[in-house]
Formats: sequence, C-alpha cells, structure tokens
Amino acid sequence: MTLSGWQLAFAFVVFPGVIFTAGVGLLLTWVDRFVSARVQWRKGPPVYQPFADMLKLLLKQTVVPAGASKVTFLIAPLIGFTAMCITAVLLFYVNFFPSDSFVGDLIVLVYLFALPPLATIIGASASRNPLSAVGASREMVLYLGYELPFLLALSVPIILTGGKIRLGDLVMFQQAGGPFLASWAGAIAAVIVLICIQAKLGYPPFDMAEAEQEIMSGVLIEYSGAPLAVFRLTKAMMLLLLPCFLVTVFWGGLASWWAILKVIAVVVLVILIKNTNPRFKIDHALRFFWFILGALGIVAVILAFAHL
Amino acid sequence: MSNRRIVPIGPYHPLQEEPEFFKLIVEGETVVDLEINLGYNHRGHEFVSPELTYDQIPFLVERICGICSNSHPLACVLAVEDCAGVKPPPRADYIRSTVHELERIHSHLLWVGLAGHFIGYNTVWMWAWRYREHILELFEMITGNRNHYAMNKPGGVRRDIKAEQIPQILAVMDVVDKKVMMLTKAVLDDPVIRSRLEGVGVLTREQAIAYSVTGPTARPSGVDIDVRRDDPHCAYDRVPWNVIVLNEGDVLAKAKARLLEIFESTRIIRACLKDLPEGPIESRIDEVPPGEGIGRTEAPRGEVFHYIRSDGTNRPLRHKVRAPSFMNIASNVVAVKGGSIADAALTLAAVDPCYCCTERMAAFEDGKLKLTGKDLLRLSWAKTERIRERL
Repeated sequence: MTLSGWQLAFAFVVFPGVIFTAGVGLLLTWVDRFVSARVQWRKGPPVYQPFADMLKLLLKQTVVPAGASKVTFLIAPLIGFTAMCITAVLLFYVNFFPSDSFVGDLIVLVYLFALPPLATIIGASASRNPLSAVGASREMVLYLGYELPFLLALSVPIILTGGKIRLGDLVMFQQAGGPFLASWAGAIAAVIVLICIQAKLGYPPFDMAEAEQEIMSGVLIEYSGAPLAVFRLTKAMMLLLLPCFLVTVFWGGLASWWAILKVIAVVVLVILIKNTNPRFKIDHALRFFWFILGALGIVAVILAFAHL
Repeated sequence: MSNRRIVPIGPYHPLQEEPEFFKLIVEGETVVDLEINLGYNHRGHEFVSPELTYDQIPFLVERICGICSNSHPLACVLAVEDCAGVKPPPRADYIRSTVHELERIHSHLLWVGLAGHFIGYNTVWMWAWRYREHILELFEMITGNRNHYAMNKPGGVRRDIKAEQIPQILAVMDVVDKKVMMLTKAVLDDPVIRSRLEGVGVLTREQAIAYSVTGPTARPSGVDIDVRRDDPHCAYDRVPWNVIVLNEGDVLAKAKARLLEIFESTRIIRACLKDLPEGPIESRIDEVPPGEGIGRTEAPRGEVFHYIRSDGTNRPLRHKVRAPSFMNIASNVVAVKGGSIADAALTLAAVDPCYCCTERMAAFEDGKLKLTGKDLLRLSWAKTERIRERL
C-alpha cells in the first residue's frame, strides 16, 4: 500500500512522527525519573514535569558562545532530531505493514540511529569549549566502541532468517516462527543490543560524554534554550525508539497490544541498569565493548550459523 | 608543541558545592599537572573571635563548618580548658566522645554518598544519605539540632544524655552497623566500582608525610596517626577502639578506611554509653588566667587545631584555627598526576575537602602580599559606609 500526500504528512507530523514520538518519549523520561526516584528513596516529579521542563527551555534565551561556528552550532541539534523523526516513521510503518518495506531498511535504521551521537559531536566541536571538546572526544570513542558489537548483534537475526535484510521480513519471520529472543543466539544478541542502547542513550554506566561531575555535562555545556530543548527531545525520542527497535528486531514486532508492555519492560530494564551502575571510565568502556561484548557478539554469530 | 589544555574545575563547579579552583592541565585525557587556587571565601572567624567572650566563642566556631560542627567547638573548648587549667568532669568527657563519634559517622556517610555521586552512582549517594538521616535524627534527640549541635562549653557540655535516650541511641547504632555493612559489601564487591577506585590517586607513605596530611587522608597511606590516641582527650583513652591504618594509599583504601572507621565509631559510642559515669556535666571556670592554650582533636577529616592566647580578661587576645583540609588539599598535586580527568575528579574529592573550614584570605601580587588584615578591615568599613549611605 502506498500513502497519499496527506497521509504521509500525517505520518511524519502526528503519528508516528514528531508529536506521537516526542510526547510518548517525554512520558518515558518521566517514567525514567519516577523509577529512578523510587530506587533512590525519593518521591519523584509529577507526570507533567518533562513537558514543563521542555516548555521552560523553549522559552529561554538561546546563547551562542563567542567564537563558535554559529550555523553548525545551531543546526547540529536539528540533525539528530530529524533523524529520529524519520526513524519513527520507518520503524512503525514497517511494523504495521511488514510486507511493504524496502530492501535494506535495517541498515538505514542503523545509520539513522548513528546520527544523534554524530550531531552531539558536531555541536560540541562547534561550541569551542575545552570541556565540550573532551566530551566530544569521549562520545566519539564511545561510538566507535559500541557500534561493533551493535552491528554484530544485528547480523544475528539476518543470519537466522537465511540472509533477509528487510526489517519487514524479520517481523514476518517472527510472526510465523516465534521471536528470535527464544533462541540462544537471539537472546545473547538482544542483551548486547540492550547494553548498546544504554550507551546510545548516554545513560550510566556510559554517560561519560556528559559526566556532570567531571566535565559539567560536557557535550551540552554551551547549549541553552531551544537548541538544548531539541537535544533533550531527541534523547526522549530515542528512549522510545531504541526499545521499540529492540522489540521489533528480537521480540516479535510492535503490531500487537503486548508490544506496549514489552517496550515498557525494556525501558524499565534500561532504567534499572542506569541506577545500579557507576560511570565507566572511557578507556574501560572501549575495552568492555570491543573485547567483552565484541567477543560475545562473535559467539552469538557463530551460534546463529549453527541455528541454535 | 604539545596539545596541553586546561580543564578548569571551579571556581564554581558541580563537583564540589563550595568555591575552589583546580586548574587541571591535561594532555588529551591525561592530567599532567595541577594548579590549586583557593581563597574565594573570607570568613573572618579569627577576627571576630577576640571580640566575643569564651562562652560565646563555641557558637561562633561551630559555624566554621556545617559538617565538623562538633570538632571545632570541641577543639576550642579544649584550648580554653588548657589555658584555664580546668578538667571537665568524667561524664562530660564521655558525652563529648559520644557526640564526636556520631559526627564522624554522619560525616563519613556523607562522604561515601558524595563519592558515589562523583563516580556517577547516584543510587549509592541517596542510600548513604538516607542512612545518615538516622544519625541526624539522633542528633536532634540528644542536642536539639540536626546540625550545629551546641553541645560544648568551656568546662563541660551543655546538655546531658538522659538514661531513657541510651536504648534509642544503641538501637540506631545497630541499624547503622547493619546498613553500613551492607553498603560496604555492595560497594566494595562491585567490579565496576573497584575498577574505578583501585590504584587511582595513589598517595604514597613518603608523599603523605612530606605533605603532612592528616586523618583519613594519611591513615590509608600507612601513616599511623590519630589525635584521639596520640593526644588523649575526652574519653578516648578509657574505651577500647582501634586506629584504622591501610597501606595502599589509593581512593579505594580511603573509602575502606572511612567505612571501617564507622564501625570503630559505633564501637566507641557503645562503650561510652555502657560506662557513662554519674556526676555533674560541667566544671566551673572562674577565670582564664593570662597564658596560652592548645586544643587538638580528630575531626572526621583529620586533626583540627585551635590555639587561644589569653590576657586574663573574658575574651581571648588571639584565636588561631587550623582545619585538616588545609593540609590535605595540597596533597592533590601529587595524587592526581598521571591519572585521567575522570580519576582526577574522584581524587580531588577523596580527601573529603572542606573549603569553608580552610579558606584564608591572602591576595598576592608579584610575590608580595597585596592586602593585609588591616587593608581588609578598611575595605570592609568602606563597604559598610557605602551601604549606610544608600539606606
């Protein structure tokens, strides 16, 4: 089925595009704050808090640091935001019309998920602050670290389906033969992706790019007002989209009511990992991703070839 | 030439809640040098103190620091008692030790929480501070205040510990022992935490002695000093306890030492309350004769030193304070070198610095003192005049 112009506009702007993803994403950041607070013997904010924060940031003055590259500085947040909007449309469209996706959409999604960290690196480098430079270099190292196990883990379902690289095929395969999570290879790969999600979101133990106690929120230090709000919004959308992606690829897709519970389960898992771990040092993180998760990824790939 | 950059920690930085300025000189992520710049606070305690009577001074000096707010008055009244040649009654000694150790527990738990926060582990932060809350409630019960306990006065203590309060204190000690044991196990067995703390910010025994560090900064480096044992005061020579000395000198050892000291503190409190002697809680001081007196005590951060010179009136002629952080902060210069920025943030915090205790105002220009005490006074008067004109 093809969408008409109006339907396409609706898909991008309302559902599942900007408004839906941003709204639910912000709600999930509230879940994050609430669960974190409860883990830490605190009360937690009211439900509307993330929305109020966003509104406050949008109304604040935007300061561009002297000597910064103005255009790059202001455009950087939009790159990540746009990428997440497109991701939202693709991801939900594939889930609801699995026979209608195009070849290689999995690869497109992987690249789209790579854009927000890239955007933060660009923005941080443009802001001409020594602390954000440190943050940008950390973000870059982190990105180089988690991308290897992430791609290894994503190759597992492709191998299990016998070389199908369309996300729609993966979803249909799971609808017919059960989720990949049920196999050993799939389970290991899902755990790897879960940990990579943690790093992509910049949550502890992988929040060294923003480490407020060391480099004062590093990459975002010079951002204020609306650009900062856009960065925050991008993070919030990622908090929805990355778990959705995990559920789509490994846990049977989103086209059922159960999927809501599955996504919430993944989000809560992410939040619990966040609250029970201290921050890694950047060199430890790189070693962890390459030598531990990388090795685990190779094991998963071998198991996938053996169809276990 | 090289890609040296400065990563500033301060003057205002989320790492520490007080003004201080550490210039980390880094190459990439490695810290190659450190410049320490203090002096953002001018407190004026030593100036105000000679204008107050001996009964008022404890209230002033306990406001030097919100966390060591028993150590400073204790050292101060010890100095006054030394000068007057008066000994407090035994019951007052035991009560002083009890309150002093309670303060150590709450301060060390505060540090454990902050250390958790500094390595990005906010759950440890909140949990440690929650257990600290029990101690603050005890303080409220015993002294009437959660902070600034106002327990000490020259010659004794101001409030008695009542018999019906003792079981409650002992019950809280059991809770603290249990919770701290759990925290110790959870923190020290976590492989990620160990990888963050082990071998980081090492201060060797020689460096520790060269920099004259004190307290829980010195003892984990193998320096066996503790004023409570070396210069017995209060009830410390009458109850059984051990000085915790470790040899590694890294941040992990500092954390261990503080956690182990909490157990020693609960032990001291139990012993003090068990043997609490009957009798009065204060001795009368009729006059402070001309002369000088010294008071030393082991604050949670190390040795705090007070000096009083009396001219026979009811006010001191000179009052000098040396807080432990003054010695400890300087040792950061050797401890952070060679580590990463992430390590440096933790190492700077590992000495448990307290800037408001330490800060002394001194403005230098080209190696010469720019402002003396008299100049500061003049500036202060001029400002008061300006404010007055505006009224």
